[in-house]
Amino acid sequence: MVSLKINGQSVEVPEGATILDAADKLGVHIPTLCKLDIPEFSLHNHGASCRVCVVEVAGRRNLAPACATPVMQDMDVKTHTARVINARRTVVELILSNHPKTCLTCPKSTACELQSLAAELSIQGIAFSGQSSRHTIDASSPAYVRDMNKCVLCRRCETMCSTVQTVNVLSGLNRGFATCVGPAFNMPISDSVCVSCGQCVAVCPTAALSEVNNGAKVWAAIRDPDKFVVVQTAPAVRAALGEAFGMPAGVPVTGKMAAALRMFGFDKVFDTDFAADLTIMEEAAEFIHRFKHGGKLPILTSCCPGWVKFFEHQFSDMLDVPSTCKSPQQMFGAVAKTWLAEQLKVDPARMVVVSVMPCIAKKYEAGREDMGRDGRPDVDIVITTRELVKMIREAGIKFAALQDEGFDDPMGESTGAGVIFGTSGGVLEAALRTAYEWITGNTLEAVDFTALRGLRGIKEATVDVDGIAVKAAVAGGLGNARRLLEDIRAGKKQYHIIEVMACPGGCIDGGGQPYHHGRTEILKKRMKALYAEDKSKVLRKSHENPFIKKLYAEFLGEPHSKLAHELLHTHYVKRPRM
Amino acid sequence: MRKIADFKALEKHAAELKPRLALRLPGADLSSGKREILICGGTGCQSSRSLELLEKLQKEIRAAGLASTAQARITGCFGFCEKGPIVKVFPDDVFYVEVGLEDAMELVENHLKNNVVAERLLYRDPQDDKPIMSHHEMPFYKKQMRVALGNCGLINPEEIEDCIAADGYLALASCLEKRTPAEVVGEVKISGLRGRGGGGFPTGIKWEVAAAQPGPVKYVVCNADEGDPGAFMDRSILEGDPHSVIEGMAIAAYAVGANQGFVYIRAEYPLAIRRLQLAVDQARAAGLIGRRILGSRFSFDLELKYGAGAFVCGEETALLRSIEGGRGEPTSKPPFPAQSGLWGKPTIINNVETLANVPQILRRGGDWFASFGSEKSKGTKVFALAGKINNVGLVEVPMGIALREIIYDIGGGIKNGKQFKAVQTGGPSGGCIPAADLDVKIDYDNLVAMGSMMGSGGMIVMDEDNCMVDIAKFYLDFTMEESCGKCTPCRIGNKRIHEILTAITEGRGTMEDLDKLENLAAVIKDTALCGLGQTAPNPVLSTLKYFRDEYVAHVVEKRCPAGVCTNLLDFFITDKCIGCGLCKRGCPVSCISGEKKEMHVIDKTKCIKCGTCISKCPTKAIIRK
Amino acid sequence: MDAEQCRCMDEEFKELDDYIGQFRDKKTALIKVLYEAQRIFGYLSEKTMLFVADRLDVPAAKIFGVVSFYSYFTTTPKGRHQIKCCMGTACFVRGAEKIISAFEEKLKIKRGETTTGLEYSLDSLRCVGACGLAPVVVVNEQVYGKLEAPDVDTILANNKG
Repeated sequence: MVSLKINGQSVEVPEGATILDAADKLGVHIPTLCKLDIPEFSLHNHGASCRVCVVEVAGRRNLAPACATPVMQDMDVKTHTARVINARRTVVELILSNHPKTCLTCPKSTACELQSLAAELSIQGIAFSGQSSRHTIDASSPAYVRDMNKCVLCRRCETMCSTVQTVNVLSGLNRGFATCVGPAFNMPISDSVCVSCGQCVAVCPTAALSEVNNGAKVWAAIRDPDKFVVVQTAPAVRAALGEAFGMPAGVPVTGKMAAALRMFGFDKVFDTDFAADLTIMEEAAEFIHRFKHGGKLPILTSCCPGWVKFFEHQFSDMLDVPSTCKSPQQMFGAVAKTWLAEQLKVDPARMVVVSVMPCIAKKYEAGREDMGRDGRPDVDIVITTRELVKMIREAGIKFAALQDEGFDDPMGESTGAGVIFGTSGGVLEAALRTAYEWITGNTLEAVDFTALRGLRGIKEATVDVDGIAVKAAVAGGLGNARRLLEDIRAGKKQYHIIEVMACPGGCIDGGGQPYHHGRTEILKKRMKALYAEDKSKVLRKSHENPFIKKLYAEFLGEPHSKLAHELLHTHYVKRPRM
Repeated sequence: MRKIADFKALEKHAAELKPRLALRLPGADLSSGKREILICGGTGCQSSRSLELLEKLQKEIRAAGLASTAQARITGCFGFCEKGPIVKVFPDDVFYVEVGLEDAMELVENHLKNNVVAERLLYRDPQDDKPIMSHHEMPFYKKQMRVALGNCGLINPEEIEDCIAADGYLALASCLEKRTPAEVVGEVKISGLRGRGGGGFPTGIKWEVAAAQPGPVKYVVCNADEGDPGAFMDRSILEGDPHSVIEGMAIAAYAVGANQGFVYIRAEYPLAIRRLQLAVDQARAAGLIGRRILGSRFSFDLELKYGAGAFVCGEETALLRSIEGGRGEPTSKPPFPAQSGLWGKPTIINNVETLANVPQILRRGGDWFASFGSEKSKGTKVFALAGKINNVGLVEVPMGIALREIIYDIGGGIKNGKQFKAVQTGGPSGGCIPAADLDVKIDYDNLVAMGSMMGSGGMIVMDEDNCMVDIAKFYLDFTMEESCGKCTPCRIGNKRIHEILTAITEGRGTMEDLDKLENLAAVIKDTALCGLGQTAPNPVLSTLKYFRDEYVAHVVEKRCPAGVCTNLLDFFITDKCIGCGLCKRGCPVSCISGEKKEMHVIDKTKCIKCGTCISKCPTKAIIRK
Repeated sequence: MDAEQCRCMDEEFKELDDYIGQFRDKKTALIKVLYEAQRIFGYLSEKTMLFVADRLDVPAAKIFGVVSFYSYFTTTPKGRHQIKCCMGTACFVRGAEKIISAFEEKLKIKRGETTTGLEYSLDSLRCVGACGLAPVVVVNEQVYGKLEAPDVDTILANNKG
């Protein structure tokens, strides 16, 4: 242990801790901007580049960045002297002198860390003016917008993209005042190897990276009397939406969300969880088929579009490994525009399928060339949880005070298995529940596969299925997925079934969720909320969903039928590695 | 060269090779009738065609039938680059300057054949215009004491035999034979040697920290990314005595327990790269680096890594990132490279001049080195004198010498009889020192106290025609362009300083701007991540301190006292005008009027101050003030 | 691209590939490889950078990050005569600005640009260490020192075609 003084108060911290850690322990607040550490995800971004967290250390010539300076025995630190405050303020004014002062109309307004920092330091004027960065706004992606004019060069996105996700699409470019973060050759991001996982957006402190806002499109569709607009909501959305309305993290708001969406004027309010159950029907069947007939194993889940694009770029030699199942979002759309349209006697051409997703890659997925049918997309408009929050505010709805409501039939019913799709390990757990019963013909009593739960990057379990040890693994985050796949490619590891989610922790940590600002306890609470909802359900296995049964009986026939293939399965394409 | 087996063999070899240098060392036999002609083959003299001169001299020597008694060879930089090509005749100690190809015959004929010094080609004292017969009598060399540059101008840098004859690698060999690594560190500590590349950190302590780190893998890095504009001592050492650096690195490696070294060298120094690579290959062939050096259990090899045009890579953590193959962005210290450097391993980084001193210290003792210099700055330092000074070049002097001695005694005073205004030391990180401080003794600490720094030893002399605001702007332009862009204060702060300075030089400055400059400069010094950013405001702070009146003149009177800042100048036609009309025809905005053969006039309200008229005027009748 | 050009391109890439082959630790060789690539091709095109990315297994973004960081690297073709004016302090205080302006005027291009037909390119450069000869201009590897504005004509005359 090392003992030191901060503002005259003694504190003891372990060797290797930073001044910032020591200050935290004492409850002394030192403002930061660039720093973001999420040890659970191996995200360490403390390059000490913004210089906001500087403090005075006795005996040191210049100020020290608290986030990157290790403590030393008997260090004497002052965090708020006149010298420190002047330096901090000057540094923030410098950042603001090269930042568009358009906060009033900025998509990040009120959620922007730079804005809060300026408020915290009572910045009431900017002493400096001069040239501003002029970067072309990159709106080439259907998922997110890159406005480097708002970048503060914290490099969180670059660290996330390269060290955590290993997508490696971003790098610091140029130098000096022209420095920015971007893809190779500054190409439009949509031409790059970016998979739109959105983790860069999730950690960006400003609006340099923000989701494409489709709220206006949704309102226009709802207000168009010729359109029949249905909405589906992904499982992870309900676990986080309440946070934006002052409710504690981890309180599921399924009922209030359904009520709000109905107030918007959607013709039908459905649940993606229903389609999650449907996905399990198809995927478990595919797994069992490969398992029993010596097919390609392991089978990899394919419900995460970021992951799908990632393996198309990085593992294009293994395109026969992933399941051919579309994601629940796409399965929902495909079924809505066929079976549902038929049932409701709505012309599918008039139907608009809106999805509310925790994810920005879903925006990209909806537009993929392999999706849709007869020139019609499965899903028309995708909004994220954050866009939904904005729409609820726009509509003047007092969200926290809403009475719970249910989803509409027939695509609103789901089992517990569908619910846990929203968290890392959930898809695999759901698949195992069904696969076990289908293979063995026995009822699975212990439905909780706890080894597959939690925030760890790679989770493994061996399940005894009729005497065969089925080896299962879960990877959360693309860096972990890469490691797992490289081991498999090299023959170092063997599994039967693997779930991969592009985002560390799964969809509860999606790139479209309310910002967690690096506080993983929020993510843990979101996870807990989904498992609690699973537990509260009477039906917890996808194949027990009565409406799924109805869908197969009336329409699809059986899993992997010709029609199921046509509507619910897809194929992959080889994409460049660099 | 064959592999040298051990310490004894090297000693023997050195003794055998000694005659190579016989004519060149002090006390050489003048009566033998033999002569050696050494021609500088450094970048400076090469660009003055010294290689062609060498060939010409060799041809003339053969033609004169002197091939058996006189030989012309190439050597390293004498430091007097402005007067190149330099030719020195041994053992006569005669120093010829600005020797052209057309002078070769005269030199051979007069000096070598007829034993008459070619007086016309000697250096002349700028004070009395008298030719100086002996190299060591030249004011430029009289006060110098050459340690790091000791072999430059003495040996042929492309032949390891010359180096060995000059006791090269004996220090390394004796370390391996007779001293423990800790003793080597101890000797360097006794010498008081401090880093010659920037901050002046004590070299021995740096080594001690690295030596104390656990683990088998450590690295030694030579920082040869000499980036300070106006400093070229490292280039001269690498071109003139590359083996001293290799030997210094090997000794450092032995002292800290490293087996691999890297030389990070500027791509802009092609000749230095060529000579160093040649020296590395020769040393490896001779068994002086590589596996089990001189039969000992110590192995050390080194590789060249190229810098690619980024000044910030002179900063040690940036340099490491660059060697690792990345962008040269500095990282936060601590941890220091000696604790965690290349690929996370303990790494010592020393610059070229520092390492070139190491073999000398080990051979002649730390006490010897510490016997000259000032109290806290031991040994000698190489300075690169440049700018508005008569004798431009490299000088090596004991630390603690007064600035005045360097500029007036060695440098020969200000060019063209102009008035001295300031000397800028330490490159873009340093500051400007005014005339009032010319008697300050030069060492690390005094320079810092004056708001400047040693840096790598650049000294740029400014005269009355230099505008100090413009100079500050020049430096900020440099650091702004060379900022890596990582931290806020350097990326944006230095940009803002540059913008304010630009406004001042263009007559748009306010007195409030001066306060703003001072605060911003102080904050940048206090908060920037690396040495580049932290020292970037020094030229501004020091000029603001010593030449504030010049700033005020720009701001209040909208006047540039030195007549440099174009926007603040007006163009006038004086009575030297002959009325030829060339200026009138050349003026792009037609603001000059006047009849033929009569004095012309410039309409100040229309003039855009482009300077075309000045360049057109045949009688220099147009001035700006 | 005709067949002749195509074959020649392949030879250049083969030369680069052979160079890369000598490195055991490919990732840390990046800067040396880019240096060599620029020597072979004269500049670093996207195609070249992608080739290097693939062979060294270094992300293309990182390669572009490195290339755009170091001023030695260029992503546009340079002239056959690369005129680089030293703008180091010693040269600056001795009038380097006038020399580079004279080149700009003669060549009708600004610093950083290349003449049409790729005859000349003009750049500023930070100190070549030939301060004794200030102001200095380097054309390809030849150093010209102690220059005054009229010398510009001679330098251009010596470097033509």
